[in-house]
Amino acid sequence: MPVESVFPRLEALLPHVQKPIQYVGGELNSTVKDWDACDVRWALMYPDAYEVGLPNQGVMILYEVLNEREGVLAERTYSVWPDLEALMREHGVPQFTVDAHRPVKAFDVFGLSFSTELGYTNMLAALELAGIPLEAKDRTVDDPIVVAGGHAAFNPEPIADFLDCAVVGDGEQAVLDITEIVRAWKAEGRPGGRDELLLRLARTGGVYVPRFYDVEYLPDGRIGRVVPNTPGVPWRVSKHTVMDLDEWPYPKQPLVPLAETVHERMSVEIFRGCTRGCRFCQAGMITRPVRERSITGIGEMVEKGLKATGFEEVGLLSLSSADHTEIGDIAKGLADRYTEDKVGLSLPSTRVDAFNIDLANELTRNGRRSGLTFAPEGGSERIRKVINKMVSEEDLIRTVATAYGNGWRQVKLYFMCGLPTETDEDVLQIAEMAKNVIAKGREVTGQNDIRCTVSIGGFVPKPHTPFQWAPQLGVEETDARLAKLRDAIRSDRKYGKNIGFRYHDGKPGIVEGLLSRGDRRIGAVIRAVYEDGGRFDGWREHFSYDRWMDCADKALAGSGVDVDWYTTRERSYEEVLPWDHLDSGLDKDWLWEDWQDALEEVEVDDCRWTPCFDCGVCPQMQTEIQIGPTGKKLLPLTVVNQG
Amino acid sequence: MPEGPPPAPAVQRIRLRYTKRGRLRFTSHRDFQRAFERALRRSAVPMAYSAGFTPHPKVSYANAAPTGVASEAEYLEIALTEERDPERLRAQLDASLPPGLDVVDAVEVRTPNLADRLQASVWRIRLDGVSPEEAERAAAAFLAAESVEVERLTKNGVRVFDTRGAVASLEVSDGRSGDGARGGAEGGADVRPGRACAILRLVVRHATPAVRPDDVLSGLRATADLAPPVPAEVTRLAQGPLDEESGTVTDPLAADRAAASAVPPATAGPRATATA
Repeated sequence: MPVESVFPRLEALLPHVQKPIQYVGGELNSTVKDWDACDVRWALMYPDAYEVGLPNQGVMILYEVLNEREGVLAERTYSVWPDLEALMREHGVPQFTVDAHRPVKAFDVFGLSFSTELGYTNMLAALELAGIPLEAKDRTVDDPIVVAGGHAAFNPEPIADFLDCAVVGDGEQAVLDITEIVRAWKAEGRPGGRDELLLRLARTGGVYVPRFYDVEYLPDGRIGRVVPNTPGVPWRVSKHTVMDLDEWPYPKQPLVPLAETVHERMSVEIFRGCTRGCRFCQAGMITRPVRERSITGIGEMVEKGLKATGFEEVGLLSLSSADHTEIGDIAKGLADRYTEDKVGLSLPSTRVDAFNIDLANELTRNGRRSGLTFAPEGGSERIRKVINKMVSEEDLIRTVATAYGNGWRQVKLYFMCGLPTETDEDVLQIAEMAKNVIAKGREVTGQNDIRCTVSIGGFVPKPHTPFQWAPQLGVEETDARLAKLRDAIRSDRKYGKNIGFRYHDGKPGIVEGLLSRGDRRIGAVIRAVYEDGGRFDGWREHFSYDRWMDCADKALAGSGVDVDWYTTRERSYEEVLPWDHLDSGLDKDWLWEDWQDALEEVEVDDCRWTPCFDCGVCPQMQTEIQIGPTGKKLLPLTVVNQG
Repeated sequence: MPEGPPPAPAVQRIRLRYTKRGRLRFTSHRDFQRAFERALRRSAVPMAYSAGFTPHPKVSYANAAPTGVASEAEYLEIALTEERDPERLRAQLDASLPPGLDVVDAVEVRTPNLADRLQASVWRIRLDGVSPEEAERAAAAFLAAESVEVERLTKNGVRVFDTRGAVASLEVSDGRSGDGARGGAEGGADVRPGRACAILRLVVRHATPAVRPDDVLSGLRATADLAPPVPAEVTRLAQGPLDEESGTVTDPLAADRAAASAVPPATAGPRATATA
């Protein structure tokens, strides 16, 4: 039966809302397939505003992988802003996809990608607008299967009540596997209803179905154990790892929106995973091992992608892009190919070393040299050892000198506040570092107008990292430390005026911390916040710390645990962590040893160029490091001018 | 600081007419600019660029319709570093833009000042839930008035201005009878039986301050209490030179077309279609 488009009803509301173009779809390279010709239908959501969600690579990749399949369709949906939400509620217009404006409830699977925990309230808004019961237990065979993915899904426990299932790790192959299971179950006439489908998914060992696990608590509030309650359900659920990125050259046809979005560029993921071993970095820990896309694979993706999009900038994405074994040749090859076409290249996430200045010079051959960004993360040598960010102040100053010598005039430095073992002294070192940077810049250039911007935010301990046991720094302490740093910078007569200071206060970090390391009891808090009007928690103008704290007080009353218990409390070795039954491949004992090494300021090297140090991922997941060099080069493109 | 060579000079200029149809009427002008410049890149159009640190392709836009208003007649002009056949270029850009943003006409520039020729617009305003009789009464009252002052919130605060003077003509038809059916890509099935619907067709001079279709609607509300129950659907049908006697708006690209057929172009090429 065809599903009716809600567009005519939506259209009448659009003249009354801000930026209506974000709701109309019609993006270049978007796909609308025949509903009746498909037997498995996915609605994919990035639970934030369109302008943030559209460029998300994860959703774009899955959208294309699914739509390429015969008999499978995928459409996208994003969070609607409060102005449209109010009108949709008033006029009974349900949550819709932007592709064909079909109601989300009509799909078989509703997949949400969580890059951050701050999208949880937006998920509840979308479910309610869609007419899907908020809690999984209340859903019927007519409701879609609600599945979460993305980095935050590595601890899905806080949203366990609202999810039918979660998938951890790379999604490309996983969505196809789920599709086949759904297809077979539907073809058989949906035997056993929803439970049977979820059971089939759970038995693969790669799909976590929260309802098949019971959580038992100890009298002190800690978790006693997490046990499967259904036969055939595995004790631990494995993450998915895609090997050989060249086999998965997605997105091939990146979406080009009409509305303005946060990243307007052609992005190519040049490798996945990172083994630098920064101990605060969840992304680096959960995406191991490193798998490079080849230089030629990258060249092809850029060429096809630019033709398909007309973007004027190429972003070479990864967790630490300068670490690709052939990054020099990639940058030079692409710059050679596209200088004429005025295509800019950008390399987000680079490390502090002089090599990166050469790269940056290459990337800006014919353009502006305004600012370079580095992330030393910690102000003192000592704290950088704790977090395993192996960069010395001498390295930084040398790098900065090269940068200023090459015509760059501004350096941006990123830091975190509240790292384990951190003292005021560690943070005040940031001011010294910024002063030294400016002094060096003045020395090298002979000019006074040298800028250095310090940007600092609160550290949030994350699951599946060595810091998963660490106490988070409280709001007052964080803010007090940031204030001291601000004063130290502003009071400096010689350099103060040249140092920009940008910081995030400690409040959002505490909520993020609560959601990151929370367990199933946090679901009630999220629901209470949502019901009180909480939405768009990643947006300063919508986020309300007081609402979160009030709702947490009420929802956790009588449970013996509170926000501090989840955030500023240090965990012990024995404690069962809420995410222990989700297997990222990291050996928990190795993580603990790394945590102890952190406390002793012992650094760990990168396994790409030193022997394996047994983090556990490769043997556990049957994966391996895949890196070059391939020795190949990017040849000039034969120019065929059309028109 | 690296200094590039000076940008290649423009050797040809082309004027294009494009549309904003259907749901893409919600495209803002900024959105359209980004989409158009990307279409130029995808189509490998040999654009002339401005000089300077951040070179921009040379595109001039004229008098864009407001966000939310559909249009059959938007105009822009581009400068090229190599000559191209206007019709082939048009087809290429049209294929490269999403359906709804359609490039429907192209001429080589032979005369100056396109913007000066855009003297008036023809607008169609579809008022669902308003009976033609009610709309007739309002139109008559509006046309009978010497001036009709309305307020609009601008960047510089609330402005009060006359809307009557700019309106060269205002006619009403019945949206159910079919004579107001929408054209081309919007789909012809715009006749919605069972519900009253009036269609206004108005010719408005481009004045300062600009009088927009919603200002005329405010004027109708002010003079005759016309209050449509749902938002009006507005389409610009044409813009161009205004023949004051007949009250018609003519093709602003006609002068370029005439000049092109009078003087054969310097380079040979299949141009027959451009004069169609």
